[in-house]
Formats: sequence, C-alpha cells, structure tokens
Amino acid sequence: MNRSHRVRTPAIVAAAAAVAMIAAGCGGSSGSSSSSSSSGAATASAPGITATQILIGSHQPLTGPAAPGYSEIAPAANAYFQYVNAHGGIHGRKIKYTYLDDGYDPSKTVSDVHQLVLQDNVYAIFNGLGTPTHLAAVSFLNSSKVPDVFVASGCDCWNDPSKYPQTFGWQLDYIREGKILGAYIKQHFAGKKIGYFYQNDEFGQDGVKGLDYEIPKGQVVSRQTYVPPTDVNVGPQVAALKASGAQVVVSFAIPAWNALFKLTSLKLGFSPTLVASNVGTDPITLGGLLEAYAKKGGATVNGNQLTQDIITDYYLPAVGNTGNSWIALFKKVHDTYDAKAPFDGNVLYGEAAAYAFVQAMMKAGKNPTRADLVNAINAGLPQGPAVAPYAYSSTDHDGITGAYIGVIKNGALVQQGPVYVTDATPTGAVTAYTGSEQAAPASGMP
Amino acid sequence: MTLARHVGAAIVAAVVIWVLSVSLSSFRDYQIADIAVYVVAIAGLTVLIGLSGQISLGNGAFMAIGAYATALLQMHLGWPLWALFPASTAIAAVAGVAVGAAAARLHGPYLAGATLLLAVALPSLATQFSGVFGGDQGLTVSVTAPAALGVAFPLTRWLAWVNAGTALIVLVLLANLARSRVGRSWQAVRDDEAAAALAGLNVARLRILAFIVSAACAGLAGSMLAVYSSQVSPGSFTVTLSIALVTGAVIGGLGSLAGALWGSLVIVLVPTYVTNVATSHGLSSTVAANIPIVAYGVVLIAVMLLFPDGIQGGLRRFFGLNPPAATGPHTRFNSLRRRQPASEHQEERTT
Repeated sequence: MNRSHRVRTPAIVAAAAAVAMIAAGCGGSSGSSSSSSSSGAATASAPGITATQILIGSHQPLTGPAAPGYSEIAPAANAYFQYVNAHGGIHGRKIKYTYLDDGYDPSKTVSDVHQLVLQDNVYAIFNGLGTPTHLAAVSFLNSSKVPDVFVASGCDCWNDPSKYPQTFGWQLDYIREGKILGAYIKQHFAGKKIGYFYQNDEFGQDGVKGLDYEIPKGQVVSRQTYVPPTDVNVGPQVAALKASGAQVVVSFAIPAWNALFKLTSLKLGFSPTLVASNVGTDPITLGGLLEAYAKKGGATVNGNQLTQDIITDYYLPAVGNTGNSWIALFKKVHDTYDAKAPFDGNVLYGEAAAYAFVQAMMKAGKNPTRADLVNAINAGLPQGPAVAPYAYSSTDHDGITGAYIGVIKNGALVQQGPVYVTDATPTGAVTAYTGSEQAAPASGMP
Repeated sequence: MTLARHVGAAIVAAVVIWVLSVSLSSFRDYQIADIAVYVVAIAGLTVLIGLSGQISLGNGAFMAIGAYATALLQMHLGWPLWALFPASTAIAAVAGVAVGAAAARLHGPYLAGATLLLAVALPSLATQFSGVFGGDQGLTVSVTAPAALGVAFPLTRWLAWVNAGTALIVLVLLANLARSRVGRSWQAVRDDEAAAALAGLNVARLRILAFIVSAACAGLAGSMLAVYSSQVSPGSFTVTLSIALVTGAVIGGLGSLAGALWGSLVIVLVPTYVTNVATSHGLSSTVAANIPIVAYGVVLIAVMLLFPDGIQGGLRRFFGLNPPAATGPHTRFNSLRRRQPASEHQEERTT
C-alpha cells in the first residue's frame, strides 16, 4: 500500500549517498595531487576531472517542439567523443558526456544546469542548445565560473566577454550570416525587389540586422514575420510578399517554416527566388518536411524538386561532399558509433562542435583547471572542420567567422564561389577568405 | 486553537527544512526551492478544486502573470524581494477577479474549457508584445543572498529558505482559511449549491473568492519561480504546466494541503530520478529521452490505482485515520460531477 510512498525515500537516500561518495572521491584524489600538478600523472585538477575521466554536461531538446532534427545533435557529438575515447582520449582521460532533456523549456533548462553543475559536478557545459533556453542558464554558469563552451545557437548574445567571460559561441552568428547573404544578394540581384520572411525573435532579428547592413533600404519591399510554434498559417505573409512584387525572398526561418512557406507559395502561385539561412535549409530535413506536410494536406510532392535551387550558406563542408576529408572522418565516426541516425546536417554539426571541444581540451593542458579551458579558447583555436577561422580572443567570444554560398541541387548542397568572412559590425566589409581550409588529421584526433 | 496547531506544524516543518538545507547538497537546496513553488501553486488549486468544487486548467497562466509582474517590477522600479512577492500575488489576484467573475457562471467542462483557453492564449502575449515582455527569450530577474549571511553563503540555500518559508506561510494561511467560516461555506456550495443559496450564502461571491485565492497562490508561485530560476520566459508557462498542477493536486489528494506537498514531490522528484536511472543504464538516446515521460505516466497510473483518493487519502486509510467527513473524497468527486446533471440524481434514485 505504501509502496509509492517508499519509492521516494530510497531515491533521496541513494542520491544523497551518491553525492557523498562523489565528494569523498574528489577529496581523496585531490589530496594526493597537490605535489605534482602540471607534469607527471593525471590528477583530479578540477571539478568533473578525475585521473581517468572528464565529465561534461549539456541541455538539449530531446523531446518537445525543437526535438525533430535537433535531438540528433547531442548523440552525434557523443559519437565523436566515443571515437576519441577509443583512440587514447584527451591526455589519457575519457570523456563522459551527460546531456539532459529540457524540452526547449527555459525553466527546465535552469533546473537541468543546476543538476549538472551542483549535483553531477560537471567540468563544463558544452553545446547547450537554443537561444531562449540557454539565456536562462548563462548567468548562473558565469557566476559559478563553469566554462560554458560552444553554445548551440548563433545568437550574438554569447559574445559578451566582459559580462559572460565563461561563455563562448561556436557556429556562425546570425548577424555575420545575414551580412554574407546580404552581400551576395546585393551583388547578384541588383535592382530586384527583395522581400523578407523571418522568425520574430533573436534569430530572425539578428539575421535581418545583418541583411540590412548590406542590402540597400529601398530595395526591400516587404518584411513579414512569424512566431513559432503558433503561426502555422503563413498564408497572409506569403500573400503580402506576393502583392509587394518581391522577386527575391530572403528567409531566416527554421526548417518547418521554410517548408510551410514553400508549400503556401506553391498554392498561391508565387515563385520568387528563395535565399535562406542555413538554419532552415538542411536539404535532407527540409525535403522530408516538405513531403510530410504535403502528404498531410493530401498531396504528393517530391522534396528534392521543391528544394531545388534554394540559395543558402554554410560554414562546414557540405554533407554530400564525400571527397572532403572532414566529411569522410565524420561519416566514419557516424557509421561506427551513431549509425541509427541519418548522416545529415544535424549530425555533422554535433560532431564538428565535439571536435572543437576536443581541440580546446587538448590545448588546456594535461591537468586543466576550469580557467585553463577558458584561457585556452581565449588564446584562439585552430580552424578545424569549419571553412573559416574562429574569432576567439579574450575580447571576442564569437565562433566561426565565415561561410560560403551554396545552391541546393538534387537534395544536396553545392558550393558556389569562395568562402566569405566578415565581422558582426554594421560597417565591416564582407571579403573573400584567402586562407586555406585545413584537411582532417589522419588520426581523426586534433 | 487550530491556528496554534497549524503554526506549530509549520515551525516543525521549518526546522526540518532548515536541517535539510544545511546538510544536503546545493542541488537539493535548489530542488527544495523548486518543490516549494509547486506546493504553493498546487495548494491554491487544491483549495479551488477540493473545497469549492470548481476546476481550473489555467493556473499556469496566473503563474505567468505573477512571474512577469515580478520581473517587470524589479526591472523598472527596482523593488526588493520582500515587496515583489506580495505585489505579484496582488496582481495575480486582480486577474483572478476578472477571470473568476466570468468563471462563476460556468460549470464543469465549460469552466475547464474557459480556463484552458487562458493557459493557451496568455503566454503568447509575451511574444506579441515582445517590447515589453522580452519575447521568446523573456526577462531576467536578479537575486542575491543578503550580505549579512556572508559572501560564501550559497545562493541556492538562501533561495530554498525564501521559497520554503513562503510556502509554509501560505500553507498556514490556507489551512486556517479552510477551517474558517469561508472554508465551510465553500464546502456547502460545493456539496449543494441550491441548499447553500437557500441557507443564505452568496454562492457567486464565494465561487469568485475561491478563484481569487487560487489565482493569488498561483501568482505567488510564479513570482517564486521567477526569483529562483532568475528568469521569466513564455516557454516556462505552457499548457503542460497547468496540467501538471492539476495532476499534482489529484495525485496528492484533492482538497488536502498535505496532499499538495506529496503532489509537488512527485512532480519534481520523479522525472529527475527517472532521468538519472535512464541515462545511467546506457539506453539508446532516443529511448532514454522518452523514458522519463513514460515512467512519469506509469507512476501517475500506479498512484491512481493504488490511491484513488490521492496519496494523502491513501496514507489516511493506511494509518486508519478517517478523513474529516466534510472533505471526504467521495463527496469531493461527486461534487465535480453534481452540477451538470440534475439527471444524475434521478439516475441514482432509479437504480
């Protein structure tokens, strides 16, 4: 009868005992470490680091509205960590990656991050996903001096080293992305009427900010927004864009809304040139959504046909570019450790971010403290799988600084022209990147 | 006499919480603060459902009102913590007057539908008026432990004290209210509206009052949530939250304030515990991600089967305590049904 009442008590006791044991374990090993800190044996140099293991944590939308697609990212990152563990680890330590589900709910994120930092004692938070979610956790992480590295969001808000010294962005931020797309549009669609279709939050607004830095004001004839997850009828927006006579539509939207936009345009007989942020254009995800949505509406469409000729940008090698050494490496890791997931842009993203983390940890030293990791990234990271260099310095916590323009052909992204780099300021020029991309190391380890 | 007993119980509880907060880890302190939020919200709801016989699927929206009130008052007027709690409570109560006035005319599923509408619609105002409410990313709330406690004092322990202390005060107030004339009148209205009206009770006013009390509790809970999670954003106040509150009230035992505590413990601790088990057993990630949801559902089903009167009802039965007749579980469940069908009375007679 009182079974359900009992369930809780052992849970608390067990958890308390586990915490006590962890605390005792840390205390024991750190006692012996003080004599040999930097050279010699691996020691428990920081919370979450033991002689044999590095424990890191993350919050991810494994369920809920943001789960489709994004839930693949953390398992993919973990696949790369397993590869590293199987090839000697980081200075002999194995990475243990604990990612908790926050369902894209910011208060759940706060509670997840407290659990990871206060109870599980993670060394760092890695690749926490989402702008509203991670914003809820960022001040706690910084006041607790926990490294908060490579946030999985392109919000420019992670680049605030004076306020958030522990926090680092990773992917191309939306302002830079907007500038790169804007410069391309200015050059290739001069004199054409431009319409915007964007998500009305940090993501879309930052993107539009970047676009407006480059595209002449008079050329933009209509600005339409949507708010997820409620605005599923984009008919009014599409009709307004059509009425404005826009010949080119620039979209800063997530995949589901690019699909809605495309299908609604089809229905209303509106066929502008579509230029879209890479956030919403992974060809496999977008093609799948188009087919699924059309099926729901009782129609049959070919996803690849509808994504044909969409112009977008990308800051990693294209997934379909099998000749690229990075794609070959990440495909191999994926096939060994994460074969159940499709090898798409989300998986590539997770593995590439994990690679950057391993780079940073290698640099942080044999027995790193939390500050060592932050200092290592502040001193700059080698380029790795990204097509453009990182911005990291003690005064700049933005990540990848450039991307190339690509066109979707037959369900795969095809690079057009050079890689462009820029900064996040209104006046900084968008220039072709002259440095070379690096090849993946043969060992697959940084 | 009852007041002394309630205050005494609260003091004992305060001592227990104090001992727990200083002896357990920081994360447990954080969970104490988390549980306290749910205790306040569920206690308010359990009074509404269990005592006055109305249902609300929209108390998550009142939490949002309290939380945003807290963030805005702190941001624009710089109010201190001790003023934010009562102010947010009052603002949510005013919203409760408006909703309650409309709700008092509705019964059963219609009332549930109307309040559900509130839970669905209200959070999207935050994105519609993003200039004021900060849109999707919401607003931040800053909180620090008082300097008198020393620099090294853990913030989570301070938050546990603030939230748990507030929750205890609320429980004492609600316990007294339930035993007061108002509480007895609510039960009279719940059990038979016509009889209550004939006895001279103002039924509509009593129903609205219950709604206000429940909205005020939800608003205070929202304010506590904003303070301990140091942020407010629409993603925290989805329909799921409102449903979780009703779940907690039912699981704990409708109408019972102790039940509000059991319900909160289940809501906060079961998902965390199950997640830990799922991830530590090396299940594939897609499976592990959904296990907490499945297990939570299983726990809900198990509790409902084992304790149809909620955990508190089950404990009472187990320890051989008879529930006070007026708050007996069967009258309570009937009361939810009773309004709608005069026909049900007839059925009872014919069968």
